[in-house]
Amino acid sequence: MKRLEVSLPGLKMKNPIMPASGCFGFGREYAGLYDLSVLGAAAIKAATVEARFGNPTPRVAETHSGMLNAIGLQNPGVDQIMEKELPFLKSYDLPIVANIAGSTEEDYCEVAEKMSSHPQVSVLELNISCPNVKEGGIQFGTDARTAAALTKRVKAVSSKPVYVKLSPNVANIAEMAIAVEEAGADGISMINTLLGMRIDLKTRKPILANKTGGLSGPAIKPVAIRMIHEVSQAVSIPIIGMGGVSCAEDVIEFMLAGASAVAVGTANFVDPFICPDIISQLPELLEKMNVSHIRELIGGSWRECEVPSLSR
Amino acid sequence: MKKELVEVVSQKEIARHIFELKVQGNVVNEMTSPGQFVHIRVTDTFQPLLRRPISICDVDLESRTLTMLYRKEGTGTALLSQKKEGEKIDLLGPLGNGFPLDELSQGQTALLVGGGIGVPPLYYLAKKLCSQGINVISVLGFQSGDDGFYSEKFAELGEAYVSTVDGSQGTKGFVTDVIKNKDLHYDLLYSCGPTVMLKALELQVPAANGFFSLEERMGCGIGACFACVCHVNGGLPSDYVKVCSDGPVFPIGEVVL
Ligand SMILES: Cc1cc2nc3c(=O)[nH]c(=O)nc-3n(C[C@H](O)[C@H](O)[C@H](O)COP(=O)(O)OP(=O)(O)OC[C@H]3O[C@@H](n4cnc5c(N)ncnc54)[C@H](O)[C@@H]3O)c2cc1C
Ligand SMILES: Cc1cc2nc3c(=O)[nH]c(=O)nc-3n(C[C@H](O)[C@H](O)[C@H](O)COP(=O)(O)O)c2cc1C
Ligand code: FES
Repeated sequence: MKRLEVSLPGLKMKNPIMPASGCFGFGREYAGLYDLSVLGAAAIKAATVEARFGNPTPRVAETHSGMLNAIGLQNPGVDQIMEKELPFLKSYDLPIVANIAGSTEEDYCEVAEKMSSHPQVSVLELNISCPNVKEGGIQFGTDARTAAALTKRVKAVSSKPVYVKLSPNVANIAEMAIAVEEAGADGISMINTLLGMRIDLKTRKPILANKTGGLSGPAIKPVAIRMIHEVSQAVSIPIIGMGGVSCAEDVIEFMLAGASAVAVGTANFVDPFICPDIISQLPELLEKMNVSHIRELIGGSWRECEVPSLSR
Repeated sequence: MKKELVEVVSQKEIARHIFELKVQGNVVNEMTSPGQFVHIRVTDTFQPLLRRPISICDVDLESRTLTMLYRKEGTGTALLSQKKEGEKIDLLGPLGNGFPLDELSQGQTALLVGGGIGVPPLYYLAKKLCSQGINVISVLGFQSGDDGFYSEKFAELGEAYVSTVDGSQGTKGFVTDVIKNKDLHYDLLYSCGPTVMLKALELQVPAANGFFSLEERMGCGIGACFACVCHVNGGLPSDYVKVCSDGPVFPIGEVVL
């Protein structure tokens, strides 16, 4: 299995696969289905200072090969998560990516300081890109100066590496990435969901109670690939890539685009066994591609000299 | 809970747009609680992407056969309705918590109230209750006679009444009209149907005491995505239950409808 190992700041992973934040709860549900220790890491649901109920239902709507969600960062609050949810994951050999969100810089700092002090948390993932809450998240994710200022403050209070999760809902994503890198981010997660909407023909009203929601699933994969390809050449910190990953081939494509690890979101809902299935399929796929170690693939689409040759 | 490729045994349209689908598989052995549901992936492609929740309507443990009734609504159920005998279906289940069966003792009476496509889970419930010596009265509400199904099967298990909105069959009006007109007496109420119907029951049926099965749009179906949450009556604004994993069955009054 050594050929699947990847190393990112704060994350020593047996393989590059992790479930994406918000699509894996706090692990309990999937723990009933398979041994979570097979995963490279796991990103847990966003934590905020206080418990949040989130948006009214309906919160999901289907689209062509994708879905819209407007959960609204529902979570039991950082204290509850640290006391009640994280201990459950202790029995697994599983680095935890703690996704954090807030409405103000102070909120983020409070959650970051607490979360990063927890012995089971490996890294923080700053969610500055949730499109589903008015007051928080996204406003930090669409302006490079604001994002950089937040990153700097969180870095100052966090004892663990900090990844910044970028929003695809911007005109220039590389500019955002460069800004957070300069502010001290240890890595980048991308992409979060794309802002979208659907309208019910019968009622002539938006399907989601929140009207708009975040688009995820296979439908957004080309957008994610394009953005990772662009950002990975603009920064030198590693990228956790996500957006529509649903099979082992997708993982390879993300890594070729420039991702060092890959998160699987919506596909967990389609098939709850998708992460372990992908992990078990990777070695054979690498064999077929004549790749001796998965890390050779990272950035292979633009790092010309390192593209592994198919004919070898 | 298991994920299994189950085999289609039969499929037929039993009322307007209502299909009865029987499938066979080992996972059926686990389906002992009425009110639970399964999550079905209707294609191998991502079109449509999400699974579809469908209730357990009847189970034959001996032949490992599950019966589901569903209404052809949109893309997903239309694709499901095309599945032929011998084809495989990707099924995840059983999911959620069903109707409690130990609330009544022999000789007591349960009133089962189903609205439209809320009727199916009550059939397995009626069978289970009957086998425990509990009297079952059922009231089934439909839009019209053409939309009705399974009333004769419920009649085999106890008193059964039908209401239709257009009056084409049974009592004209709603299930609540039947309960009032027939002056039905019972010890516990079990119901599944549209939220408006559940609300009406909560308000109009005297001392409604029992269990409701709720519906909500789902992402994962297993409690991981927070798509299907409801507020809790009398709780903090941040208190919630998840329909998929805490429900779909809840004690009447527990959840804000
Ligand atoms: C716990 C539970 C049990 C159910 N049991 C049954 C049953 O036994 N028989 C039956 O006919 N129907 C049942 N339903 C409703 C059934 O899931 C929907 O009718 C079905 O998902 C519609 O899919 P579609 O592709 O045909 O419709 P579309 O409108 O194309 O679906 C689009 C999206 O909306 C969702 N959706 C649409 N209607 C509903 C709904 N009423 N409830 C939840 N999600 C919905 C779909 O799952 C899908 O994600 C149940 C729902 C739940 C939550
Ligand atoms: C239901 C749902 C909830 C999500 N919740 C969060 C969240 O709490 N924090 C976060 O950073 N991203 C959240 N996301 C975004 C995902 O982590 C991921 O970035 C996005 O869905 C793209 O990946 P996918 O196409 O594989 O799902 C959520 C996505 C979905 C579908
Ligand atoms: S459908 Fe995902 S939590 Fe209920």
